[in-house]
This record gives sequence, structure tokens and C-alpha cells, in this order.
Amino acid sequence: MSDAASLKKTPLHDEHARLGAKLVDFGGWSMPVQYTGILDEHHAVRTALGVFDISHMGQFFAEGPGATAWLQHMLANNVEKLDVGECQYTFLLTEKGGVIDDLIVYRLGDERYLLVVNAGKIDEDFAWMQSHLGDGVKFENASDSYAGLAVQGPKSAQLFDAFFGGKYSRPARNEILRIEIDDSVYFIARTGYTGEDGFEVFCAADRAVKSWNDILERGAQFGIKPCGLGARDTLRLEMCYPLNGSDLSPDTTPLEAGLAFFVDLQKPEFIGRDALIAQKQAGIARRLVPFKMNGASPPPRSHYGVFKNGEKITETTSGSLSPTLKIGIGMAYVPTGIARIGEEIEIDIRGRKFTATIQKKPLHQPGAAS
Amino acid sequence: MNVPSDLLYAESHEWLRIAGDEGTVGISDHAQHELNDVVYVELPKVGATVEAQAQVCVVESVKAASDIFSPMSGTVTAVNEALAANPALINTDPHGAGWIYKMKLSDPSQTSVLKTPAQYTTQLGA
Repeated sequence: MSDAASLKKTPLHDEHARLGAKLVDFGGWSMPVQYTGILDEHHAVRTALGVFDISHMGQFFAEGPGATAWLQHMLANNVEKLDVGECQYTFLLTEKGGVIDDLIVYRLGDERYLLVVNAGKIDEDFAWMQSHLGDGVKFENASDSYAGLAVQGPKSAQLFDAFFGGKYSRPARNEILRIEIDDSVYFIARTGYTGEDGFEVFCAADRAVKSWNDILERGAQFGIKPCGLGARDTLRLEMCYPLNGSDLSPDTTPLEAGLAFFVDLQKPEFIGRDALIAQKQAGIARRLVPFKMNGASPPPRSHYGVFKNGEKITETTSGSLSPTLKIGIGMAYVPTGIARIGEEIEIDIRGRKFTATIQKKPLHQPGAAS
Repeated sequence: MNVPSDLLYAESHEWLRIAGDEGTVGISDHAQHELNDVVYVELPKVGATVEAQAQVCVVESVKAASDIFSPMSGTVTAVNEALAANPALINTDPHGAGWIYKMKLSDPSQTSVLKTPAQYTTQLGA
């Protein structure tokens, strides 16, 4: 933990304090974990609308005649599949195929890209990419000059129309719109980390407070709530979206994590490819699977022991009470032999074992009655 | 924060209501507010012997598991079974329906380590 005074603050820090948020140290940032309560905020996003400060996340721009070729080398997914205005989920991998970071790459122009990376990995990612910089690429870390707001929930489209109806049409899923308001650039992407429809807005840091307050004001008619990192975590876990540092690390590969869809092994070359092909050929020994507790139990949390037939086989990587399902859920890397839907495992919670069952992803289907 | 005047408080934010040699234990309004949504309470066992300031049970919010420490020594005589179905009682009525356990106090006179409502209010204000 860092000393409170040394924590980095987003441009919205004073707004969070004013709204009564409980602020915590998140990867060196002072961030809101909740405003009114995690359950309340979680349900707002599942049923109506929530807004999150994601200004702690990093923004890199890569531009120039060599940008596409360089990102093909650096990233596991295939940016050539992107039309201008589209984005994809992708990875920065080590030579061994381990995950340095998971990120979204947006193609803003033929040879211009925006990368949005995890807050705790900004410096490491940038240094790694800079040390492999290709010819003909201008690469910039713009994280400090950008703010980010995620508007998530089934009423997101209505909020978009309330702002821009008649002027701009909503970007499609995984598309990004670039607009200018009062000579300042806003990127509005149809992306998110909750499983609900929604938008992620990236704007100049000095426009963050106005954007945040405008969204809360216009969103009031749709029941919008400011939401903290606590709800962000329960929402993403119900969707089985991995959290880097918990479910992903340099010691795990995207193939083990069940994210092969976001890795293009057909590409002739990228960092980590050889290791992933070797792993695939050798057989993937463990898989990241979601599980649900079979009955009432204390909520599972990360680093709880996972047992099968009385033997400890692994530890959980994530865990929580699911506010939607009202039961404990989590994820763990289990041996491939038992990585099957319906397989029963046991979770050790303070010395007591509770049964759980491996499920298919996602644990919650947005739009499903809850 | 609500700090009822008829209770004693532990520095670790449990409250104790003494009636004769029986004590009732819960967590303070401040504690429930800090924890926020309580989603699970691991109750102590009736008949268990508990020591003052030793961990006796666990209250879990969405985000974290928090140990509850017994304000005094004694034997657990009853637990609040209603918390199994409705752990949020700790949030909605921390000093009443959200009580956690009752105990027979080994020595009801040994309250000196506990804080009066005024002392606890001072602690919260610090």
C-alpha cells in the first residue's frame, strides 16, 4: 500500500469525494471502490445505467507508416482484421507466451491506433513497447492527458441519444466514434467491462469533470448511478472477463485462460507465438474455468484453495458473491482433465470445504431475467 | 454515526449490551457503514468458549471478510440465526435485529477495556 498522499489522482477525484465515495488504493491510484454500495451500483448497471471513472487506465497512440506492421509484431490478435473505427481485445505477451497485459486496440486511421491498457501496467507496457519500437512509428503515452468514463447498462443507448440524437449515430459494438465538442476531441467507443451495452468515453483530462457531471445530469432520467471499482469487479466476474494481475499474469497464457479467440496463430509472427504454438502442440495442461458455489457459503475470494477428491489442485484467481445470481462465484486454473462443465470441486474457505460446480462462460447472460 | 448510549464498545468496533451476567454482541453503526453490504455472517457455535479480544466469528461484505472479536470472555449461549437468511440486518439495524451472539459473561465486572459511548464517539472522531 502506498501512503495516501503519494497516490495518483484522476481528474475526477474531487467529484468522487464530493459524492461521498469510499476511496481506496488501487494500483497506486486513489480510486472510488463504491459510492452508495457495491450491490446497489451493480444492480444499477444490470438494470439501468452506471458511470465509472476509468481515467486511471492508460492511453497510448501509435501512428506512422510502420504502425500496423509493428502492432502485428507486438500484439497477439490481428489488427489487420480491423477496419478504421473498429477495435479488438488483444494481448501483450512475453516471448514465453505469458500475459504482460490485456488491452483494447482501436484503429483510428489506416496507420493510427489507440491502445487502452490497465492502470497498473502503464509504465511497464510503455517501456516494453518502446524497447521494441519499429521503424516508421511514432509512439506516445498520452495517459496523463486523457480521462476515461465508462457508461454501462441497458439504457446506455438512450443516454447516447439524449446527448447526440440527430447529430451522431451510435457506434456499433466494438466501434469507436471521434467527435469534437468546443474544439476538444472525444472518442466514444461501444465497449465495456460489464457485459452490458455501453460506451467508453476518452476525452481530454480538463473536460473530465464537465463530462462526468453532464452524464450524471442527463442520465438521471434513466436512473444512472456513479459506480466504483467494487461493482466493476463483480460485474466483470459474472461475465468471466479476466482481471490482469489476478486471472492473467506472465505465468499464464491466453490459451490456458480460454482466450484463444483473441490470439491469431495464423499470423506469421508476433511476440509469444512460438511458445503458444508449442504449448498447443504439447497440449494445454490447465484451463481457467468459472465456478459457482452449490449452496450458501461465505463468498469465495482469490487465493482460496481448490480441492478435488480431497487433494488441493490449485487456488482461485478471483471470487465474490454474485449480486445477480446471489451465490458465490469465482474462477480458477484447473487441470484440463477436470475442466469440464458440471465437474464438482471444493473451495476451502477458512478451513471448511464448500462444494462448487464448474460452469460455462459467462456465469450471467445480460438481458436474462435476474 | 449512531452510538447508542446504553452500550459499551470495543476499539475494534463491536458493541456489547450487558444485562446481569448476559452480554449481547454486534458491530457498531460505524463498522457496518465501513463494511457496507454484509452478505454473509459466519456465526460462532453455541457453547463455544470465547476470550476477550479473540476472534470469534467473521462478517463478510461483498469486498472483504472481517474478523469479529469478542468484547469480553465467556460462553456463547445464543446466535442470531436470522442473519443466515438476511445478513443485511447488520446494515439495517446494527444495534437491534442485527445482533450476532449472546454470551454468559465469565466476569461481568471486567468492562474496563471497553469504551463508554463518549469514549467511542471520540475514537470515531479521531
